[in-house]
Amino acid sequence: VKIRVDLDICDLHGQCVFAAPEIFSLEDGADLSYLPEVDDALADKARAAASICPTGAIELEG
Amino acid sequence: MTLPLRRVLVVGASLAGLRAAESLRREGFDGELTVLGAEPHMPYDRPPLSKELLAGAMTPVDVALRVDDDLGAEWVLGEAATGLDLSRRVVFTAGGRELEFDGLVIATGSRPRRLAALAPDRAGVLELRTLADAVALRDTLTMGARLLLVGCGFIGVEVASTARALGAEVDVVSLDPPLIVAGQLVSDVCREMLLDAGVRLHIGRSVDAVLGDVQLEGVVLDDGTRIEADVAIVAIGAEPETGWLEGSGLVLDGGVVCDASCAAVGAEGVVAAGDVARWPHPRFDGMSLRIEHWTNAVEQGMAAARTLLHGSGPATAYASIPSFWSDHCGTRLQSIGLPALADRVEVVDGSVDDRRFVAAAYRGERLIGATTYGMVRALARYRAQLARHEPAITGAPS
Repeated sequence: VKIRVDLDICDLHGQCVFAAPEIFSLEDGADLSYLPEVDDALADKARAAASICPTGAIELEG
Repeated sequence: MTLPLRRVLVVGASLAGLRAAESLRREGFDGELTVLGAEPHMPYDRPPLSKELLAGAMTPVDVALRVDDDLGAEWVLGEAATGLDLSRRVVFTAGGRELEFDGLVIATGSRPRRLAALAPDRAGVLELRTLADAVALRDTLTMGARLLLVGCGFIGVEVASTARALGAEVDVVSLDPPLIVAGQLVSDVCREMLLDAGVRLHIGRSVDAVLGDVQLEGVVLDDGTRIEADVAIVAIGAEPETGWLEGSGLVLDGGVVCDASCAAVGAEGVVAAGDVARWPHPRFDGMSLRIEHWTNAVEQGMAAARTLLHGSGPATAYASIPSFWSDHCGTRLQSIGLPALADRVEVVDGSVDDRRFVAAAYRGERLIGATTYGMVRALARYRAQLARHEPAITGAPS
């Protein structure tokens, strides 16, 4: 699954970090960072993160 | 699931209903899917109604939630559900329809609690739940109205903050201190921020009398204080939208009573999610909870869909860690867990004086939640700690 986050829309709520810390992280003073692609084992977590993003900034492909 | 699922009806076309519908498809349901909504709109996002939409930074178009073209659902909008017949497995609508189902998702949300003394049938008295409510309030504020807010929970605080930023005069009347649901520490900080923003707070007070014959002109409080206002918003909490389910055989007790997997007690093939659902939370010793937060609508919508397809049991128990946020006074409050149940709160990062801090909430020795103003990054660590506390699966409430 490919992951793309629109960082212009991202409002740093951190809900994706709560839902999928394996994929998303928020370090001090930086934008959201994330894995651009994950294998099937993490696909559900990626989908949960996308579903719970309050600004709808996370797009998945595949 | 023992029943064959050919037709699923989702009652409620907001966030929980949408996420449930999406999950049904993702989990392989390929039968007929119908979503019934009381409002005339496709699903939209409610948090901006008290903030960006009110401020004019977002339009009604901007708040629409994304709905995938391939969801394959039929939308019946602008028609409230009026009844449920479990033996015939039909839902009745205000438009006279009878919608048949094998599986039912109840996601009708909640409605604002009303105040007899200040009912919305008087011109100038509004409530804030729907897009139409928000647009009406926005138009009034744009015209320079003086605003009276009754209630100081999330809606009250957010609207007060937004209205002050727009230059409106704002009075808030509330029996409880601001955001007391988030605990005393947050409440104290929030109170100071509202005062700094120029909001006039009347805490511990209630409305005794209303001024104005047809159009609202103001109120008199129980201590005799007279407040002039052109528009009033009553924001004293919400109650679950369960009126249409009375007499249906479902168990209603401050929401649709569900088991730990969000399956409605007393029925087969019926689940509930979002503001309307009450369930024994496996992570908090089976405590009966009904949660009105945005994140719960998402996660419970998804959980309820899984239960509808796979049945109740440990694999489908809904043990999400509650979470909310509130943007006001130029900062963001975020919370995880159930800090309202804490008997001890410890500031673990930042500084209360700076209004930028993290507070960990304990009940006995156990971490039960954490709250922050402005320091979301630090919250993730406590989320991980909360997640390590294993949920205990309990049965249906007796």
